[in-house]
Amino acid sequence: MKRLALALRLLGRDWRSGEIRVLALAVVIAVASVSSVGFFIDRIQQLLVRQASVLMGADLAVTADHPLPDHLQRAAQQRGLRTAETVSFLSMVQSGGRNLLTEVKAVSEGYPLRGELRIAPQRLALDHPVKNIPAPGTVWADERLLGEMALQVGDRAAVGDATFTVSAVISHEPDRGGSLFSIAPRLLMNRDDLAATGLIQPGSRVQYRLLAAGDTKALNTFRADTEAKLGRGERLETVEDARPEMRTALERARQFLGLASMVSVLLAGVAMAMATRRFVIRHLDNVAILRALGATQSAIATLYGWQVLLLGVAASTVGCAIGYAAQALLGDVLGSLAAAELPAPSWFPAAEGMLVGLATLACFTVPSLLHLRKVPTLRVLRRDLGALPAPSMAAYLLGVMALASITLWQAGSLRLGAMVLGGSAATVAVLALAAVAVLAVLGRLRQHAGGVWRFGMANLMRRSRGSVIQVVAFGVGILALLLLGVVRVDLLADWQASLPPEAPNRFIINIQPEQVKPLAAFFKDNGFDGAALFPMVRGRLTAINGQPVLSARYPDERARRLVEREFNLSWARDMQADNSIVAGHWWTAADTGQRVLSLEEGIAKTLGIALGDTLTYQIGGEIFSARVVSLRKVAWDSFHVNFFVISPPGALDTFAASYITSFYLPAGKEALLSRLVRQFPNATIIDVAAIMAQVRQVIERVTLALEYVFGFTVMAGLMVLYAAIQASLDERLLEAAVLRTLGAGRRQLVVGMVVEFAGIGLIAGVIAASGAAAAGYMLAEHLFHFSYHIDIGLWWWGGMGGAAAIALAGMWGTRFVIHRPPWETLREL
Amino acid sequence: MPDVQSAAIIVTEGLTKRVTSPEGELTLLADIDLSIFPGESVAVVGASGAGKSTLLGLLAGMDTPTSGRVFLDGVDISALDEDGRARLRAARVGFVFQAFHLLPNLTALENVMLPLELAGRKDARGAAGEVLERVGLARRVRHYPKQLSGGEQQRVALARAFASQPKVLFADEPTGNLDSATGRKIIELLFAMNRERAATLVMVTHDETLAQRCNRRLELEAGRLKGTL
Repeated sequence: MKRLALALRLLGRDWRSGEIRVLALAVVIAVASVSSVGFFIDRIQQLLVRQASVLMGADLAVTADHPLPDHLQRAAQQRGLRTAETVSFLSMVQSGGRNLLTEVKAVSEGYPLRGELRIAPQRLALDHPVKNIPAPGTVWADERLLGEMALQVGDRAAVGDATFTVSAVISHEPDRGGSLFSIAPRLLMNRDDLAATGLIQPGSRVQYRLLAAGDTKALNTFRADTEAKLGRGERLETVEDARPEMRTALERARQFLGLASMVSVLLAGVAMAMATRRFVIRHLDNVAILRALGATQSAIATLYGWQVLLLGVAASTVGCAIGYAAQALLGDVLGSLAAAELPAPSWFPAAEGMLVGLATLACFTVPSLLHLRKVPTLRVLRRDLGALPAPSMAAYLLGVMALASITLWQAGSLRLGAMVLGGSAATVAVLALAAVAVLAVLGRLRQHAGGVWRFGMANLMRRSRGSVIQVVAFGVGILALLLLGVVRVDLLADWQASLPPEAPNRFIINIQPEQVKPLAAFFKDNGFDGAALFPMVRGRLTAINGQPVLSARYPDERARRLVEREFNLSWARDMQADNSIVAGHWWTAADTGQRVLSLEEGIAKTLGIALGDTLTYQIGGEIFSARVVSLRKVAWDSFHVNFFVISPPGALDTFAASYITSFYLPAGKEALLSRLVRQFPNATIIDVAAIMAQVRQVIERVTLALEYVFGFTVMAGLMVLYAAIQASLDERLLEAAVLRTLGAGRRQLVVGMVVEFAGIGLIAGVIAASGAAAAGYMLAEHLFHFSYHIDIGLWWWGGMGGAAAIALAGMWGTRFVIHRPPWETLREL
Repeated sequence: MPDVQSAAIIVTEGLTKRVTSPEGELTLLADIDLSIFPGESVAVVGASGAGKSTLLGLLAGMDTPTSGRVFLDGVDISALDEDGRARLRAARVGFVFQAFHLLPNLTALENVMLPLELAGRKDARGAAGEVLERVGLARRVRHYPKQLSGGEQQRVALARAFASQPKVLFADEPTGNLDSATGRKIIELLFAMNRERAATLVMVTHDETLAQRCNRRLELEAGRLKGTL
């Protein structure tokens, strides 16, 4: 306790004298960066879940092909969860002598539990959100149903044995999910009216859903209990089953953020290592005096151990508070992302931040502090004794290992973490080697340089070990800044380009073969060029390599569902631009009519299909077998029409096909749709504008949030610079004082230092630019899957920016050196 | 300019240094008038805190007086800016410190080359090598300060001080960090080189025997000169 009190007092004195401010600031920035990113990612994750919940109309759903047992709903309610039921089936809707196959959904009070239902009072009128469901005796119908049956709001329509009044036009239901391309017109009715229709008979194909929403803990226990008791034909759906295109977008967002936070941690670690070294060097004398006053080695170890712990806890707490405040501000940015109230962040990121702060600090300071224990008492008489050995890799091994573990942890992915770590290690090695090489060349050139240049280069050379360390430190900083500044902008631009503003927002399905030409002509007449039409044949996968496909054999839920439904098979001569072959080869003209297939790699993996396997499909009572000759990667988030299974032209021509197309309909041109429907009454138009807007919104918001997080990384980078200058400040002060004593003028000192700093900045910047280009290329190619264009400007910004920034910062950081009277320095040191 | 200034190499007039401390203003040096002539060796003595080092710093133009003037080799250094004083030092002044103050990242040779390089001398390397030979360190030119003993370090410092052939050599407790035997050798060398180069020596010391070897002693007491010129 006595030592704790003493440690506290010493820490206070060190703080007042400014000794530990750099170290404390580095910890604060590291922790603020980690915790704000942590808080932010925590909220983003909760948002992700909420977004997905909206798309499902609930947080969780139990689906079955038979009525669900009552106890399930009771169990959910007992846990405080809100519930609602839906019953969906296909049925004919009749009115005025017309019939239309319609997807009927009967819903109970409370539906939807997440997201909103929107209706319009009349056809083509403005819609608005509603909290209620259709009143008994009334139904809500979608535009398509009303259009195709020439109905108006107020008309009556029969469903089974019952007749209902159409009371509104339904424009949006959150969970209209399922396959976008297999949905019929929609009719929404009250659950209580269901019995009157007389449509639910044993053997009817009906989907029953129990929706549940509420707090995470209750959901988890309900989920765990229910999952174990699921009966035949019953399935539990969670938010993980939400739309794949949304998940892809959010997953990328998380990777970007993870990357940003990791770089902050790495930079802050470097700053901490530098600051600690200075702290230790400046404490060598204090320790010698303490030893002379009778302190034992263990007393000194305890004393400094306490100091580090106190400093770490205090600085980490401040860092967490800043991190929390930063993400609270972010709440405004994010608020508009979420439809409902924004979930509060959990406290886990704060714990995470504290841990990172303390662990990094401990790992970087302990090896140096252990040296303090061994300072010989005689140092009070002979100052050259017990000097800190030059920094060795071994001393920092612990710190490097801590940073590596934190990076892997923060990355949340071994691959991403390993890439960043490997990249960092390679960068450090290359920076060091390049620095040694460049300095060696400078050493030769120095003989030929004149005047102050010679002196500046001499500075670089004379401090060669220090110069190499600084080139590496600044290089890492500049690399991170370039990576996050220039490369990040390029990556984001490429990402946004992958979802251009004119990405298709309408799909047309059900086009008959004889309508292909008239439809193409219709598009051309209306100024829509090049909307490609794709043939589509529906078939069920029955055998792989002659072995019958049985859904029960697949342990994977998704695989079971995939093999239970029909596949959309297509044919094409050329591969689409957003597809790429990952195995095998695309066909040539010679393959026309051959029974070969190209499979999407994801589905091949899910169903356990390999290159060379023979697949058998049942298509309208006929059997079709073909061999898999290629696997494709498909950019699903491009919103273009894509198929899991494609054959070359001529192979599937004999089967009945319908056509599908997608196109971009600018806002305000909706009138075109009614003309299209009039001319092609059987064609079905599907609007994906809303979901695309959602995806794009996520991208934009996350980009904005990233810029915010990026601020911490820039601060961490500046911290490295500051720490590096601080670390050499005493040496520079002494050197400047001696030089002045020996007659060096201010100009000589300034030019010498500018040459030295700018030289370090230039070397570091040019090497860092190469590293950033390589890292950007790697990230784009292997992680984010864009084609990345390397920008020559990187080297310009890296080199010139590095030289200017380091020179300016260096001169600012050493301004005392220039202005301080030499006598003052020499008497102090 | 009074006559004495044309003959003397260092002249001070009413030299005063005051600093502000938490306890109020503190007078380090008060109203010092002195003259030092070319080729003289002068010991500045006095108790700790008497103002010896402060006086040395002011005479060498490394610090600025609160009031009064210093003439060094006929130039009023109190009228010069820091750069002007630096140029004057480069051309006419050499220094030896108690703590040696060699630059740790430079070899012995490079340390000695420094003042020559600063003055723009093309033959810095050769000249520095010669002086190092004179102080008996010809074989240690490539060593770094930490590889040298205290005595050797001070010899490098002596070489550095004499390399630019200064008219005045200032020494601040040159043997303070050395054992007595090594200290004696350094002093022999210092006086020998001073004679060879006909330089003026101004030395702050505690060592009475050392002070006695000088032509003259100036004793300071509480910031004032005791005795006569």
